[in-house]
Amino acid sequence: MSSLQIADREFDSRLIVGSGRFPDPETMQKALRASGTEMVTVALRRANLNTDEGENILTYLREDGYFLLPNTAGCYTAEEAITTAKLGREALGTNWVKLEVIGDDETLFPDVPELLKAAEKLILEDFVVLPYANDDPITCRKLADMGCAAVMPLGAPIGSGMGIRNPYNLRIIKELVDVPVIVDAGVGTASDAAIAMELGMDAVLMNSAISQAKHPVMMAEAMKKSVEAGRLALESGRMPKRLYAKASSPEDGLIEVDREEQ
Amino acid sequence: MKNNTDHIAIIGGGIIGLGIGWQLVRRGAKVTIFEKGEIGKEASWVAGGMLAPYAEAGFEEIKLMRFGEQSLQMYPRLLDELSEDTDEVPVLDTCGTLMAGIDRDDTEKLKRLYEFRKELALDVKLLTGTEAREREPLLSPNVVSGLWLPDDAQIDNRKLLKAMKRGFEQLGGTVMEQTKVEEVDIKRETVMSVITEEETYAVDQVVVAAGCWSQQLDGIPDQQLPPIRPEKGQIITMEKTADCPLKGIIRSPRMYLVPKEDGTIRLGATAEEKGFDKRPTAGPQKELLEHGWEMIPSIYELPLVETVAGLRPAGKDHRPIIGESDISGLYYATGHYRHGIMLMPLTVYALVDEILEGEVSDWLTPFRPQRFNANE
Repeated sequence: MSSLQIADREFDSRLIVGSGRFPDPETMQKALRASGTEMVTVALRRANLNTDEGENILTYLREDGYFLLPNTAGCYTAEEAITTAKLGREALGTNWVKLEVIGDDETLFPDVPELLKAAEKLILEDFVVLPYANDDPITCRKLADMGCAAVMPLGAPIGSGMGIRNPYNLRIIKELVDVPVIVDAGVGTASDAAIAMELGMDAVLMNSAISQAKHPVMMAEAMKKSVEAGRLALESGRMPKRLYAKASSPEDGLIEVDREEQ
Repeated sequence: MKNNTDHIAIIGGGIIGLGIGWQLVRRGAKVTIFEKGEIGKEASWVAGGMLAPYAEAGFEEIKLMRFGEQSLQMYPRLLDELSEDTDEVPVLDTCGTLMAGIDRDDTEKLKRLYEFRKELALDVKLLTGTEAREREPLLSPNVVSGLWLPDDAQIDNRKLLKAMKRGFEQLGGTVMEQTKVEEVDIKRETVMSVITEEETYAVDQVVVAAGCWSQQLDGIPDQQLPPIRPEKGQIITMEKTADCPLKGIIRSPRMYLVPKEDGTIRLGATAEEKGFDKRPTAGPQKELLEHGWEMIPSIYELPLVETVAGLRPAGKDHRPIIGESDISGLYYATGHYRHGIMLMPLTVYALVDEILEGEVSDWLTPFRPQRFNANE
């Protein structure tokens, strides 16, 4: 299986996992390990970035040496998102950012004009920007063209677990942009992740699908396997679909049984 | 076996430290509670006071639920004993928990909780919105589903804290408020003394019940310190007027509302990672009010009494840390997270037996401090 290249970094795992909403940090730690992920997102607004007073969630993430991707979850304007991204750069010592600018509370869909504004600004300030976007090919192409390191269209609304609702748009996006396409949000169960990978997406980012499962550690392992399975299937090149059956056993060289000798 | 002339220091005067102190003096021990601020004014004060093992049971927390269940069953005994020592003892309100859902997504969530509780053979009913409103007529007409857990209860935790403090002092316990323990002096793996800013106190045993501050003690080797962080929870207290005669605990997937003996209603609670910052903030307060109002619209008219935040002591696995550590004479009773009031009786009775009689209760097996040793 080929590795994933984003900006100047290479990842063996094509699964990116969010660190939010786990029942407890120990379960989070075990689930992340089981997922095989190398990159973990941290919601800056929900994290305690003041690490010099006792332990916190970041302490636990750092123990395992993940590449931490700060995200701007909970920001509603370009301005807030930019400020938050800078805060993340300072606190986590990385110029990478998962850029989220949310339109409203109910749908958590991106606010596209604000997202484009924030992305432009952050790219000028030398951030490696990974924007969470609608599954809209035009928006994604604009983001890629302006220099985002990847585009991250949603499969379905954040936390909905509704799966890949518009595979056609995702395929068009993949065809239109030259940077990696990462499905961010919407995955509910293992098959959703496999479908995203079979569609040719470069990676899948998920959080609730693992953290809100009854048994998050087990689900993390399922996701690891499904992402790998989906990618392997893509790279293997699936067989053509046929309407009619075709026997899988060969017709030549069958052993002829002489009934009379029996 | 410990002897009764020993001097036991308790670090932290929250519900857990106070409970242990009171039971220890009741059984003849000499006890000093060191409290860096005021007795019972941190997480125990801000708590909702729900004794709700069945509403709160998580999918991988069955042992914790059983611990909570057992602890709840010990409340009548604890309150009886407390009545022998002092008056103004709060009432155990066996009101049950009514959970409510407002849309299809909530209903799906409640059904998932229902099925899990059925698997555990708990007493639980799935209700329609109408049935839920029959139980609590104040519920919004928009409520479409509910879950009824008759065996949950609640108590006025603030009244309980005051009564336990009186009980402890009446029986000869010493309370030292505004006295922060800086260091526990340990020699040859044995507790020697506790050191405050001003003085050193020779002691025979130390119980660390310092909530989310349990890690901020010098003298204890790092690998022996409990893995605990603060988790911020904001609540709002309102006056219960005739506009909103709430009967019992109402929960939604986003909040709880609980009426207290002192004529107030508490609305909680957020869960935030903000370090030791306990200032209430605008956004979460707005959300709490919205989430409360969507379920019980009549809170709209209620006068606000207080907005406050507390810091839950959150262990790495969100389970309490109870029992003697690998250092002789050093006990932990901390990390009770969001369940301190509920888990107090069993924590107290089991740990006091361990301290005085050396009896290690099976109830504490999943929660002992040593579980973190093998982790790395």
